[in-house]
Amino acid sequence: MAPVVEVRGLNYRYEDGTIALRGVDFRLNAGESVALLGPNGSGKTTFILHLNGLLWGDGDVVVCGLRLDKSSAPMVRRKMGMVFQDSETQLFMPTVIDDVSFGPLNAGVDAHQAAERALAALERVGMSAAAARAPYHLSAGEKKRVAIAGVLAMEPEILVLDEPTTFLDPPAQRELQSLLSGLPQAKLVVTHDLRFADALCSRAAFFREGKIVAEGTVAELMRRFEWD
Amino acid sequence: MHIPDGFLSTPVWAAMDAAAAPAVCLIARRAQRGFDESKAPLLGVMGAFVFAAQMINFPVGLGTSTHLVGGALLAFTLGPAAASVVMAAILAIQALVFQDGGILALGANTFNMAVLGVFAGYLPYQLWGRGRARRAAIFAGAALSVLTSAILALSELLLSGVRMTAAMLGVSLALFVISAMAEGAISLAVIGALESIQPGFVRQPSMQRSFALAAVALVAILLVTGGVLVASAAPDGIQKLGQAHNLITTPLSGYQISLLGEGWLAKAGAGVAGLGLVYGACVLMGRKR
Amino acid sequence: MHHVVLDQWSRGSSPLHRRDPRAKIISLLVLLIVLATATRGLPLLAVSFAGILCAVAVWARVPLGGVLSRAMLVLPFTLVFAAASWIGGDPARGAALVLKAYVSALGALVVVSTTPLPMLLRGVEMLGAPRFLLMVAQFLYRYLFVISEQAQHMRKAAAARGGSFRSAAGALAILFARSYEQAGDIHRAMLARGFQGRFQPLSTPHFHKADVVFLLLGSTAPIVVRAALEQFV
Repeated sequence: MAPVVEVRGLNYRYEDGTIALRGVDFRLNAGESVALLGPNGSGKTTFILHLNGLLWGDGDVVVCGLRLDKSSAPMVRRKMGMVFQDSETQLFMPTVIDDVSFGPLNAGVDAHQAAERALAALERVGMSAAAARAPYHLSAGEKKRVAIAGVLAMEPEILVLDEPTTFLDPPAQRELQSLLSGLPQAKLVVTHDLRFADALCSRAAFFREGKIVAEGTVAELMRRFEWD
Repeated sequence: MHIPDGFLSTPVWAAMDAAAAPAVCLIARRAQRGFDESKAPLLGVMGAFVFAAQMINFPVGLGTSTHLVGGALLAFTLGPAAASVVMAAILAIQALVFQDGGILALGANTFNMAVLGVFAGYLPYQLWGRGRARRAAIFAGAALSVLTSAILALSELLLSGVRMTAAMLGVSLALFVISAMAEGAISLAVIGALESIQPGFVRQPSMQRSFALAAVALVAILLVTGGVLVASAAPDGIQKLGQAHNLITTPLSGYQISLLGEGWLAKAGAGVAGLGLVYGACVLMGRKR
Repeated sequence: MHHVVLDQWSRGSSPLHRRDPRAKIISLLVLLIVLATATRGLPLLAVSFAGILCAVAVWARVPLGGVLSRAMLVLPFTLVFAAASWIGGDPARGAALVLKAYVSALGALVVVSTTPLPMLLRGVEMLGAPRFLLMVAQFLYRYLFVISEQAQHMRKAAAARGGSFRSAAGALAILFARSYEQAGDIHRAMLARGFQGRFQPLSTPHFHKADVVFLLLGSTAPIVVRAALEQFV
């Protein structure tokens, strides 16, 4: 079965010369949930930004069979929904429904259909009642769910989440985990929350100094790297 | 100074709306550069920053404190066109959401603060921002942006026949000068702090001579000094002007503005006028690059 | 913060809330212009307009007391000038100033409290204002409270460090940098969801029969009232 994400030899250097990624190879299969673990600054977030062309490094990135380059980036971004750590800057439109329909509208869907998809996505995450509200007034957990709705509305095949449990209290964390478990898309989650990772992900990759140094289950990696 | 509705006479608010509308459209187009709207969030967020920044108090002695107005700071960091758009958006939100400034008066307020204020403030920076007078240029630009917009607002009020006592006029002008100095000092301090965080935040003034910029700024300065000259040299001038153009809408008997005709204010006004004329001459002669 | 309450009022569901923003804007402009250009019989005109606006506010189920008191925000500035007129021997002019300023503010408030701001901005855009400027205003409004809250924290921190000029400047610079960074995050989030350079509007208000009726009434009423009153003065 072809992987939905395949990365070969990804290298990236910051403007000041620091090497952020050194030859990363990675694979994500359809329907799989994988956690990216590792110390801060090890390149996890830098890595995921390469998957939909927010950063451009050297090496190959193939998403759903499409080789990522400037012309395929729009299509790749439709297939891969990215949920960033800060929901406040992710939900940048005036109301929830405006924000969730942003993706479909950009994909060329007409306004009426975009609104329908947005409402369906909000329904899926349990936030339909908030459609007309301003994002500012929502709680952290609610914002996170709306952010997820915003990417679900694009009907992606892959979800990438950067530290999704930051700012969430334990009940909200549990809610998020059960929501994500119920979604069929392949998932890639950068996280420090090991309980969350263990509950959601069948596999994990450990980053250190810009390289993936080991893969295995979350529990295995925790033991091996004394990561707890 | 945000002028509410009801103050400006019809010719004044209408003329300012007519002047502001095309100016803002042109500047918005310039700031947008083509059809890409991707800068809108940055400008919006920096507008929110200016609003928020007004909450931070800068002590100016004697137990008082003041705050940043922001037009010049925006111009030094985002460029004058973008700064102008941000200020215009701020003024619109202030009028609509905070009832600070009128709706018909929005043209006047926008022209004063978002157009002339910003461009007049940027001019010293464009002329002298690269050299050793850089800090002075920043200070002067920020001070000038506040001073021109305030004096312009005052002129519009006087032209509309709004009555001010001599004391009010004197106090207003004094306050303008103090705010201008404060703005200069705050902007300079913030630019300094910004450069130590990340030098890239502060723009290098563009190498191109911008005639439009110089023209707008010159108009601002001349208007300001002209206004001060008229006010100080001809106390009845305002009244007569108002009479001649039928601007004053109430009976004229007993109507008088008495200004400090012979006092220091007139002299200061003449001084500012003189400075402005010299400034304007420099601009006209241009600077070769 | 003030704008939170206005935001709440604007999300009501009265018939006025549902009207096309353009009809409301145009009616407001007519009212403001009729008021601004009036010279005779001003007190009666201003009071009549105020009465009409109060009736509209009640119809729109917006808290009347709240609106009336919020419109008083213009008074501090206005009363200073009114006092100057009074001192100068022309109290009528001073009164005119207060009346015009207050009733104009009231009119604007009635429109703003019955139209969510993004919808109002959309109406202004459809009436010809530059789209880019209005998008900037939209983002400004969205992040106004967010960044103000960050500024509050900084204000406390700066005060704790002694509240000097230098520390305030430092705080502002940090706030600037944070704002800039957040703008970068927003841009990234936009790109990640397929932004190609142009914001696509989700809803475009359309004129319905009720909007036509409202526009006709709203734009003729001020003129009719003034003409009628001027007959008697």
